[in-house]
Amino acid sequence: MPVGRRAVLGTGTAAVFIAGVAPGPDAAAGETRGEATVATVTVELHVNGASHRLTLDPRTTLLDALREHLALTGSKKGCDHGQCGACTVLLDGRRINACLTLAVLHDGQPVTTIEGLADGETLHPLQAAFIEHDGFQCGYCTSGQICSAAGMLEESRAGMPSFVTADLAEPQPPLTDDEIRERMSGNICRCAAYPNIVAAIRKAAEIRA
Amino acid sequence: MSSNIGVSHPHDSAPLHASGTAIYIDDMPEPRALLHAYIGLSTEAHARIVARDLSAVRTAPGVVAVIAAEDVPGVNDIGPSLPGDPIFADDVTEYHGQALFAVAATTREAARAAAALAVIAYEPLPAILTLDEALAREDARVLPSRLIKRGEPETAIARAPHRLRGTLRIGGQDHFYLEGQIAVSQPGEQGDMLIFSSTQNPSEIQHLVARALAVPDHNVVCETRRMGGGFGGKESQAAIPAAISAILAALTKRPVKLRLDRDDDMVLTGKRHPFRIDYDVGFDGSGRIEGIDFVLAGDCGFSPDLSGGINDRAMMHVDNCYFLENISILSHRCKTNTVSNTAFRGFGGPQGIMAIEYVMDEIARHRRRDPLEIRRLNFYGDGPRNVTPYGMAVEDNVIGELVEELARSADYAERLQEVAAFNERSDWIKRGLALVPVKFGISFTAIHLNQAGALVQLYTDGSVLLNHGGTEMGQGLFIKVAQVVAEEFGIPVERVRVSATNTSKVPNTSPTAASAGTDLNAKAAQAAAHAIKQRLAHVAAGEFGVPPTAVIFANGEVIGGRRRMRLAELAKLARMQRVSMSSTGFYATPKIQFDPVSQTGRPFYYFAYGAALAEVEVDGLTGEYRQRRVDILHDCGKSLNPAIDLGQIEGGFVQGAGWLTTEELWWDASGQLRTHAPSTYKIPAIGDLPPIFNTRIYQSGRNRENAIFRSKAVGEPPLNLGIAVFLAIKDAVMAFAASRRPCSLDAPATPERVLMAIERLRAGGAASSDEVPVPGTAAGRPPDAEAAE
Ligand code: FES
Ligand code: FES
Repeated sequence: MPVGRRAVLGTGTAAVFIAGVAPGPDAAAGETRGEATVATVTVELHVNGASHRLTLDPRTTLLDALREHLALTGSKKGCDHGQCGACTVLLDGRRINACLTLAVLHDGQPVTTIEGLADGETLHPLQAAFIEHDGFQCGYCTSGQICSAAGMLEESRAGMPSFVTADLAEPQPPLTDDEIRERMSGNICRCAAYPNIVAAIRKAAEIRA
Repeated sequence: MSSNIGVSHPHDSAPLHASGTAIYIDDMPEPRALLHAYIGLSTEAHARIVARDLSAVRTAPGVVAVIAAEDVPGVNDIGPSLPGDPIFADDVTEYHGQALFAVAATTREAARAAAALAVIAYEPLPAILTLDEALAREDARVLPSRLIKRGEPETAIARAPHRLRGTLRIGGQDHFYLEGQIAVSQPGEQGDMLIFSSTQNPSEIQHLVARALAVPDHNVVCETRRMGGGFGGKESQAAIPAAISAILAALTKRPVKLRLDRDDDMVLTGKRHPFRIDYDVGFDGSGRIEGIDFVLAGDCGFSPDLSGGINDRAMMHVDNCYFLENISILSHRCKTNTVSNTAFRGFGGPQGIMAIEYVMDEIARHRRRDPLEIRRLNFYGDGPRNVTPYGMAVEDNVIGELVEELARSADYAERLQEVAAFNERSDWIKRGLALVPVKFGISFTAIHLNQAGALVQLYTDGSVLLNHGGTEMGQGLFIKVAQVVAEEFGIPVERVRVSATNTSKVPNTSPTAASAGTDLNAKAAQAAAHAIKQRLAHVAAGEFGVPPTAVIFANGEVIGGRRRMRLAELAKLARMQRVSMSSTGFYATPKIQFDPVSQTGRPFYYFAYGAALAEVEVDGLTGEYRQRRVDILHDCGKSLNPAIDLGQIEGGFVQGAGWLTTEELWWDASGQLRTHAPSTYKIPAIGDLPPIFNTRIYQSGRNRENAIFRSKAVGEPPLNLGIAVFLAIKDAVMAFAASRRPCSLDAPATPERVLMAIERLRAGGAASSDEVPVPGTAAGRPPDAEAAE
């Protein structure tokens, strides 16, 4: 959803409103942004099944809202430019780089982060497979890898083709290792735990198939 | 059979990583009144700072403190062993991106916005921006040049039937640890400072910060639970954010967090050293080297940092697996006005290995032989053909067997033919193959660093708390050391908890580097656990009525004669009998010594070996390539944890291949790094993996030396295996030439550079490498790769 900041402030979704142009309550709340004090907006974020009402600088990214305001630090900031995938979360089940989108754009939309993937004590099959196959070394990319893989498996199941899909007419392209690699190429792992990441995703895909 | 040693236990933080609950420094709950810091960077490569107006920075909203060189309470230098790395540039800035000042404000955004308000006036000074320029000027050195010489290289080269001369340029590499550099400093009472730092070297952070704050070391504690990757980039460079946050914290009496932006991190902190290698080699008709002369020019950037050791290690790895009887290795440690280059997985070794492997390949082209044949011919053998140029006998050589095993299992001979046949019928796509052997020396070449300490505590419920000087950056050190301690007590590894590395628990430690983390720290932890076990054995012996030597610790129990009890019961008993259940342990690597004057000795406790066979396919119209298949066989001795080791081997290989293929650092004519984000700096992605990727641990491996459970270090050696991809690309490029002309190809072999090489071959001119500037060598000298017979 390519929406610029101007568009956000100008049109906003119905639930987003300008909280006041007067100086924010205090600097510690994070409203002082170096220039003058800025306007804030209130947004209702639905994260991992819980609803949170936040008053934010409209420029706050979804990633910062999660990490700094909701203390959900599982999603990582690897680059803050949408280039590494460490911040990947699921929005309505679809993967997105949380550093590239503004929190205020997602009022009322269900967000799932790595912290919300498990079903109580039962790990998501991808989480279990990543442990079983050592799909990490330093772990910094792992939340993003797992969330991205979760979204990717849904895309694949829905029959979305990828760049390496041979037959675009095929309603359900098989999820080969080649497909996994192509579809996961937005998530960088500097430790290059890649072979194990592919193995883990393949395992989880088999379980759910 | 032990359930602890040689078993693939998952990484100690595996469940935490998979659930997003592992706490990195940026994830820690923020302390009250936390300030956020931002660093103001220089925008000139070399200039006098004539005016520095920070008044607008100070009065910007949210700003609490602004500091520059004059505000450092103690020493404004964080050079790890030699001075020369100012925290803040004072009168002169020596590279584009050097720290000039720092701001602490109530939010990160406020600090960042304020920093942009600084007005700095520069008077530009002449800048040395390329390695070639530096090499040409004898005053452009960060350290004196060094020479290792054996035999009569000049005569041997001159008398040899064949001779080749050439130049190879190798680019640098950014670490791109996924977690950027970060530190949080918390002031305490009476000048205390607690620093959480993403560092491979907590003891050094403690020491450098104490010096910068002008307080004794005992006031400063550095703690590191884990890093999101290090790769050498957090060995000395972590001191920059640590020192700046600590100075700001001391000044404001508030905690200060400093997390570098990715772009700032890439501009401000050091990288792998680019190298220029000039070689002159004489060999006989079969390809056996008779004499060789290397001049290694390392681009150290503006300061010495760790460049001495890095260039030394490059010199000590140009032999790789080969006996080079008559050899001269001259090493220049060049100074340029670029960021100070630093440790990076391999620490100069890969540049050295790359040099000789390139030469091997060139000799093979010249003799029209299979390069593997030339390599075999030159392998180290039995004495006296087993002595390195620095005088160390290679006593544990397994490269011959290892290479044969790999060549067999990966069908090397058949595939050579297949590739030739494919190239015969394909005009625009060519394939290439390369099998590269690796020998890598294990130990810090700075002998004093080969030591480690540990602290082990047994509690009365039978659980064990372990602390040691090593840091966890994903390499699996913590689980390996825990396995060793569990083995000592005969308990499952789950009963051992490894706590964060902390300078107040284990003091005066060495960096977690040189692949030696497990070798050193596991031995120290084993010694500590052993000391406690000895005391417990006495307690059990008294209880069981058997001699202490008859007491066995296994399966969570303590057994003596017919009697047995659980370890927890024995621990309770020991407490009642007032026996200490905590112990430190210490280890210093035996046998090693090195004389820096004669440049000879035994700098390495042992060698680790490996080999990789890579097959690639190159598109002659675009220069693009892909790996088709990679086979690796690697020696981990008797692996402590095969799963962890396999991850290191695969990860190291991929990182090495990235260094030599897609990872290009590019500075513009003003000395500004232009590739400072993943959008322009291309590290390997998952799609770059070869579709067939077979990695195996060498099953006959066993460390001849008494390293921990006869295992071998595995952090750095596999990085060198990536050289196979580079040489496979070179092989494919050569296949585009009708006649087998020499072809120089510099690293990284980006598609652009590959295409240029192919075009040169097609044009029929002597292949040269000058069209595409190598990072740091933009004004390259004229090419001199030539057959000079
Ligand atoms: S932090 Fe969002 S993509 Fe890198
Ligand atoms: S595990 Fe370290 S970046 Fe992926």
